[in-house]
Amino acid sequence: MGYKFSKDEMAKIFAKLAQDYDVFAPVVKKGDGTFSDVDVVRYDQVTSLDEIEFNKKSDYSFKEALLPINETLFYFTEDETTVPKGPEKKRLIFLRSCDIHAVKRLDQIYLDNKFEDFYYKRTREMVRFVLMGCPNTCENGFCASMGTNETNQYDLYIKVNGDNAFVDVKNDEFTETFKNGALEDVKPDFVKENKVKVTLPKNITKETMSSELFKEYGSRCINCGRCNFVCPTCTCFSMQDIFYKDNEKVGERRRVWASCQVDGYTEIAGGHGFRNDNSDRMRFKVMHKIHDFEQRFGYQMCVGCGRCDDVCPEYISYSTLINKLAKECE
Amino acid sequence: MKNEYIPQLSEIKEVIKHTDLEYTFRMAFDGEVKPGQFFEISIPKYGEAPISVSGIADGLVDFTIRRVGKVTNEVFENYVGDKLFIRGPYGNGFDIENYKGKEIVIIGGGTGVSPMRGVIQHFAANPQDAVSTTVIAGFKSPEDVLFKADFEEWSKTINVIKTVDNAPEGYEGPVGMVTKYIPDLKFKDIENAVFICVGPPIMIKFTIMEIQKLGIKDEQIWTSYERKMCCGLGKCGHCKMGDKYVCLDGPVFNYTEAKELFD
Ligand SMILES: Cc1cc2nc3c(=O)[nH]c(=O)nc-3n(C[C@H](O)[C@H](O)[C@H](O)COP(=O)(O)OP(=O)(O)OC[C@H]3O[C@@H](n4cnc5c(N)ncnc54)[C@H](O)[C@@H]3O)c2cc1C
Ligand code: SF4
Ligand code: SF4
Ligand code: FES
Repeated sequence: MGYKFSKDEMAKIFAKLAQDYDVFAPVVKKGDGTFSDVDVVRYDQVTSLDEIEFNKKSDYSFKEALLPINETLFYFTEDETTVPKGPEKKRLIFLRSCDIHAVKRLDQIYLDNKFEDFYYKRTREMVRFVLMGCPNTCENGFCASMGTNETNQYDLYIKVNGDNAFVDVKNDEFTETFKNGALEDVKPDFVKENKVKVTLPKNITKETMSSELFKEYGSRCINCGRCNFVCPTCTCFSMQDIFYKDNEKVGERRRVWASCQVDGYTEIAGGHGFRNDNSDRMRFKVMHKIHDFEQRFGYQMCVGCGRCDDVCPEYISYSTLINKLAKECE
Repeated sequence: MKNEYIPQLSEIKEVIKHTDLEYTFRMAFDGEVKPGQFFEISIPKYGEAPISVSGIADGLVDFTIRRVGKVTNEVFENYVGDKLFIRGPYGNGFDIENYKGKEIVIIGGGTGVSPMRGVIQHFAANPQDAVSTTVIAGFKSPEDVLFKADFEEWSKTINVIKTVDNAPEGYEGPVGMVTKYIPDLKFKDIENAVFICVGPPIMIKFTIMEIQKLGIKDEQIWTSYERKMCCGLGKCGHCKMGDKYVCLDGPVFNYTEAKELFD
């Protein structure tokens, strides 16, 4: 059902929603972007509508709200473990179409790659998604090429336009909250075309794996891992045990985001590593995004949000690399 | 739902010292386990390490551990009666059925023997389950030999070649790499042969090259891969090769699959 409100009415409803739900949305953080004094748009908990950045694409994806950068799995003493409580309130996450498609990829790994992940699942069950429309294409995104530019997999759609706000309610859980609005036909804004267009390589073979392109792009990479950390579909983590200074018998086991571009990712005892060369790491990342995942699960992993291109300090363009690879594979 | 990350305390029932660096820890465990599967063994504060099952008995599992770093060093500080945290078993393991009625050759290097020990034990105890069983196990030097007592026991019912890369003068017994013994293998029906080969990547590579020279087809060869693993659950991503997760789809692979996997 679609409704129209004044922006003020919407702000009031929102404030009430924020009491019942923990709301996570992109907000502008002053001066801690890639190039230090540039603002960065990142997810955080908000309590009012004004805090939400509706226009600019978030530099980091929503995934922090589902998969914390570091997450305590359990506290331990020498012979006991205690699992921390999960979220007590339901969560609302504001995100765009490409990112809603990314949720499906996270679910795939954390709920449906043989084992179910206890921590992800208990948070995921509490989450409702609020779609933010895209009236215009973002800078480096190529959602239309990846078929992620449209979605109907949202619980709410909210658009603020001047003094008005529009809502489309898909989940009955919210019908009561919005029922006093003026009925209106509300259709989300979806982009049809991006500036960046990507053609995926067809006929990927063993020869593709040794393409010079991976050398060329890999040699510029400084292994900072940012392309993985901003990606809404990257899911890797490492385990970490920490103990407390004042009582060494007590501590916690955590999982922490990991990056396949950073040193140590494949390292095993004795200092052996499997992809010591940057060209191999670049190939590994790109192949996962546009080939391996698809081979395993039947659809592409990359949703074309373009964040990896936005963030790379070496101006490595993943989308350009894919297009060149597609040409090579013709 | 089950929280797979939570380990259980398990008591050390016995410690068997093979070398200064390699001990077998016999631990309490109730549940289904297959040879070739692995557990995550942990000590709070030090972390977790994936370790293969090297033996299975009623209410017990063996782990043969080489001390190489943080976690494994700390494991060696524990004795009978102490407890370690374990979770598992994970991975596919070896399916004994694939080898029954065959002419089996099992080739292992160093700790690579551990994951196959359960398979060897089965055919040593039930030699009639196979047409023949041959074990070729290679170790660096006589001091590095693992499972000494086992080799003696096994050689009563199956063919055992226990070799060392280098030995001091006067050493009695085979000397040389495992690959040296492959050309001499004899088969009644080469189509009915199966090979299982586990060890360091470089040993696997040369062993398989040698096996292929005999005219053995890829589908007759099995191997087990070791990769960095943080979860064992298909989540952390570290063990991924191509479209496979070594922790879920492996660590045991038929060579038709293994040869397609890229790091
Ligand atoms: C499926 C599988 C089965 C294994 N079976 C055995 C076995 O039966 N006996 C045995 O002694 N060892 C085995 N290993 C290797 C063993 O896991 C490593 O030696 C151990 O993790 C080293 O941990 P550490 O903390 O003592 O060493 P460190 O070098 O201090 O560890 C550093 C980090 O690297 C990781 N790491 C190091 N080596 C490996 C590795 N090979 N695989 C995965 N992660 C690693 C550790 O988790 C740790 O985070 C196996 C590995 C795998 C993947
Ligand atoms: S690989 Fe790049 S474009 Fe694709 S989903 Fe990840 S961050 Fe977005
Ligand atoms: S962001 Fe760029 S430099 Fe950093 S790891 Fe990714 S590709 Fe390499
Ligand atoms: S060990 Fe974590 S995905 Fe395989």
